[in-house]
Amino acid sequence: MASIPTGARTRPYWLQTIAAVLLSIIAAWALSSDGYAQSPMAPRSYKVGAIVIEAPWTRATPGGAQVAGGYLKITNTGQDADRLIGGSLPMASAVEVHEMSMTDGIMKMRKLPKGLEIKPGQTVELKPGGYHLMFMGLRGGLKEGQTIKGTLVFEKAGSVEVEYQVAAIGAKSSGHKMH
Amino acid sequence: MACAFARARVNVLTTALALALWAGAGIWSPRVALAQAAPEVGGPFELIDQHGRPFSSAALAGHPYAIFFGFTNCPDICPTTLLEMSSHLGKLGSDGDRLKVVFVTVDPERDAPEQLRAYLSSFDPRIIGLTGSPEQVAATAKAWKAFHDKIPEDGGGYTIVHSAYVYLMDADNRCVGTMGFQDAEADQLEKLRGLLAGGRGKSK
Repeated sequence: MASIPTGARTRPYWLQTIAAVLLSIIAAWALSSDGYAQSPMAPRSYKVGAIVIEAPWTRATPGGAQVAGGYLKITNTGQDADRLIGGSLPMASAVEVHEMSMTDGIMKMRKLPKGLEIKPGQTVELKPGGYHLMFMGLRGGLKEGQTIKGTLVFEKAGSVEVEYQVAAIGAKSSGHKMH
Repeated sequence: MACAFARARVNVLTTALALALWAGAGIWSPRVALAQAAPEVGGPFELIDQHGRPFSSAALAGHPYAIFFGFTNCPDICPTTLLEMSSHLGKLGSDGDRLKVVFVTVDPERDAPEQLRAYLSSFDPRIIGLTGSPEQVAATAKAWKAFHDKIPEDGGGYTIVHSAYVYLMDADNRCVGTMGFQDAEADQLEKLRGLLAGGRGKSK
């Protein structure tokens, strides 16, 4: 049986090297989670004290609108109850915690003066139609695809910096799955 | 004897005819049954559209339409409802041109025509935005028994609590039902298709 002569290759070595380098670059880019536009498939988690915050998101504002809702999931992994009492957003004059309730077709929205309690072991979801953060006095509006930095303040755990993904106007969910 | 029979026959025939007419009316216009379940709302109004032009309810005569009340500083119900209505208009295809979608602000103090126009530019351009004087707006909301109330906020501002219903009006300006932003998309589309099928609306 004739053997392949030593030294001969079925394809050029340099092509394999370039392919390997390109694949590494693509893999590194795909796995990186900061810098570039956020991958919608990578919801963010934050921890402050015993409080875990997941996937903060908001919605693009229609032209001229000066308010928007902030939504997220909060879990209290600690032994003591805590409260979400507020926060801040650079383009908003105020961030408040609100609840919504529907009776006879009328949606009532109300500021929670003491904030939102999260009992030990409890997970509370802020979402459209329910509890939410109110971003008020917005300057410039929010655009789909943006990532907005803000802070959340908890009565016991204190303050934490988070980032909100801006979903489409009127979106029912952030578009990505929660963990 | 023969007379009595004759009279009985006439009575039976008359009753049968009456029943047939009554049943026939039910078959020919099932909308009647629907309308009995729908709120009796609606009425003439004079408002101003998002281009600053006077808009009279007479402009809607002969057209099926969906009407709802809100304000541009509404964080949830209004953007969601407007987005859903935009989506429905797209999905209804050419039928979407027969349906008028009307958004009436219950915050005329802040929602001048320019504000409405900027707001609605984010949604389907066929949606009509209406504002007016506080009296005109209040009268229109009252005609639809649409609840609205100003709630003061910390810092001196206010928000508005308002009915979330979308009122479905047929081409004869009768309310045939309601729907809301929290209804499933398929249910909303079914109601709109029913509204368009039931009315004798003019095409655009």
